[in-house]
Amino acid sequence: MIAEAGLACLWLAAALSLLQLLAGGFSLAGKGAQLAPVIRPVAILQGLLVTAAFVLLIWLFLRTDLSVKLVAMNSHSAKPFLYKFAGTWGNHEGSMLLWVTIMGLSGSCIALLEKRLRSDTMIATLAAQAFVSIGFYAFLLFSSNPFERLPSPAPEGQGLNPLLQDPGLAFHPPTLYIGYVGLSVAFSFAVGALITRNVGPVFARAMRPWVLGAWIFLTLGITAGSYWAYYELGWGGWWFWDPVENASLMPWLAATALLHSVSVLATRGALRTWTIMLAVVAFSMSMVGTFLVRSGILTSVHAFAVDPERGSFILALLAIYIGGSLVLFAVRASTVREGTKFNYFSREGALVMNNVLLTAILGIVLIGTLYPLLTEAMGTKVSVGPPYFNPVGAIFALPMLLVMAAGPILRWRGDSGRRLVNLLALPALATAVTLLLVIIFGGSIGILPLLGLVLAVGLAIASVIPLFGRNLLRTPLSIWGMVIAHLGIAVALFGMASESAFNQEVLVASNVGDTHEVGPYTLTLNAIDPVAGPNWTALEANITAQVTGSNASEIITPQSRNFTSPTMQTSEAALLTRWNGQLYAVLGEENDDGRWQLRLWWKPFVPFIWYGGLLIGLGGLLALIGRTARDIKRRRYDMQDSDMQGEAA
Amino acid sequence: MTSWKLWLPFALFLAFFGLVASGLLSPSDQTIESKMIGKPLPAFDLPPAVTDRPALSAADFATGEPKLLNIFASWCVPCIAEAPHLQALADAGATINGVAIRDKPEDIAAFLARNGNPYTKIGADNLSSVQLEIGSSGVPETFVVDGKGVITYQHIGDIRASDVPLLLEKLEEAQ
Repeated sequence: MIAEAGLACLWLAAALSLLQLLAGGFSLAGKGAQLAPVIRPVAILQGLLVTAAFVLLIWLFLRTDLSVKLVAMNSHSAKPFLYKFAGTWGNHEGSMLLWVTIMGLSGSCIALLEKRLRSDTMIATLAAQAFVSIGFYAFLLFSSNPFERLPSPAPEGQGLNPLLQDPGLAFHPPTLYIGYVGLSVAFSFAVGALITRNVGPVFARAMRPWVLGAWIFLTLGITAGSYWAYYELGWGGWWFWDPVENASLMPWLAATALLHSVSVLATRGALRTWTIMLAVVAFSMSMVGTFLVRSGILTSVHAFAVDPERGSFILALLAIYIGGSLVLFAVRASTVREGTKFNYFSREGALVMNNVLLTAILGIVLIGTLYPLLTEAMGTKVSVGPPYFNPVGAIFALPMLLVMAAGPILRWRGDSGRRLVNLLALPALATAVTLLLVIIFGGSIGILPLLGLVLAVGLAIASVIPLFGRNLLRTPLSIWGMVIAHLGIAVALFGMASESAFNQEVLVASNVGDTHEVGPYTLTLNAIDPVAGPNWTALEANITAQVTGSNASEIITPQSRNFTSPTMQTSEAALLTRWNGQLYAVLGEENDDGRWQLRLWWKPFVPFIWYGGLLIGLGGLLALIGRTARDIKRRRYDMQDSDMQGEAA
Repeated sequence: MTSWKLWLPFALFLAFFGLVASGLLSPSDQTIESKMIGKPLPAFDLPPAVTDRPALSAADFATGEPKLLNIFASWCVPCIAEAPHLQALADAGATINGVAIRDKPEDIAAFLARNGNPYTKIGADNLSSVQLEIGSSGVPETFVVDGKGVITYQHIGDIRASDVPLLLEKLEEAQ
């Protein structure tokens, strides 16, 4: 009965979203003003129902109800509790249900909390949100029903892909999904504002917390995903320019641009059309990402159930939502009132540069991701990887760093070049000193890692300059957020550059008792032992890691695991994290002569990549808290504001 | 901003849409033509898998009548999903011989009791040797074999409702 109840909740939620759309549409068309008051409660109820459906699916997974096809295909009675739970969304149907659940809940939140917007814009926004939801409900109900029963229960489940049996799975996909779907809210706001011709600072302030929130989750999701790939795949890399990774990076780039342009709109009333465009693009990138991942149209390291029928379905949704909103944009954008003009040498000017560069990087990633598809249409197969993305991306990323250093220091409306030069002298000096040090002591390293290292140091210093001369206790949280997020970029960049400049790798065939050196460590293979876990057995290497020339030593234990149900071999890397880097050890196969393959890396400062990611997310969180607190204070003013002024053209 | 510029994003999207739609609709290299098509079945002689169905050997296919050879297992979830459609094929007059991969007699009996038994004969392939020789990479798979024991068609994966007419047609062609 649980599965049937879940399906019923899903159908009801879908019906309510249809009602939400129709009520919104009619009341906007002026043919049903009496329908307007039902829209908010319907949106709230819809969110609750779809959440109930998701909770019921979790329940089915926790009970391992093998009469449900999805559970039988993706779970196993012997699986640990956490992975039964996380396995709910470790598959196509479950993850799409998670998607609509988050979407429904966001709709509920807007309906409950947003009080500033003009009521017609509010109605249009909720109607747009319902319109997007309906497509995904249809997708679930007609092509990916998570509650489908088997003709007769399976005797045992097929298990979850062992690579996914990791605590990271419990965290990484939902985080990214909240980010993706959060952008759908920004999209709905943009569509609502276009329909009602109400693009202005109040609209920007209403949209901003959603953009910030989505962006924080995307940041954390990408950071977590990168770290998960790093330690779970056992390849020692942290970013592979894989289509699925790009699928999460592109919305992040668009959201980052949107985040900055929405600030200009909220503060200065400028960049109106551009902000609307970015809001549409950001959610489009989420959908394009989902499409690329789910349709299997591009080859990826990520194993997802590939189904051309589902691909066509998502493509149809893409056509309706993205195509539709872009047509609406083309028709309506020329009627959006031009915002305030501004001086280019100013905070606004720097933010525009930031937007141009971020958009260029987005374009480069998109082209690189789609290029294999283009050449395949012409008959040749190619693979696009780091040789394209790194240098071409750097062409725009390096100037971006300079804008990032200068932008936060510049004043709104206009500033003097002399003031900028004075303030940037210190970071410039630090950059020059680092450059000298790296050239003298760093040995021969590539030009990109070199630039990355020195600019990271300069940017780190430049990013805290906005705090100079301020009373730190009375500095607004949003300023702290900006400073910490920019510092996070510098920290992450330092980790990336250091990893690619100074990475040391050793691949050896080792007898028990042999000693190897990598980086500052001397490693001794003591033994290879069999060990067993709940649903796997493994060979475990026992290795003593000793800092060369000292007595302090530690034992690390990389494993080569064999999972039962489904059978699969994975390697569990052993990591030893120190303040100045990470030791990374992988146990490989046994050679014919009885020696064991070991891959050992010393990666200086590599954890900085993820510390940086966390700092960026923290910065976003502080900004969100600061902005929200301030918005609550000025809410009364905004409400009067939006009642009085007709912001439509 | 002039109005034609505002249409640029839409034009770009149309280009993207055309590209992926053409990529999606022409999955040129996704169908794997079996190397065994047109070749005779490899010689095999399997013991019976259950007590109430006879054993299976390659000779059972050289009787003049086209038959289906279905590779299945009681531990295979897609096999449960395909069971009703196999039954539909049997009801439509197809003779289906089964090869049970790495299975136990009591598990197979339980599987057939639950999901129906469309098979005329079932051989037990406990080492997957027939499965490998016949060029099957997974479970379930279904082969159309003509009356002389030559493989004419291979269906990879579970049989869905939409595949039933196709398989019947392939059987007809193999006459």
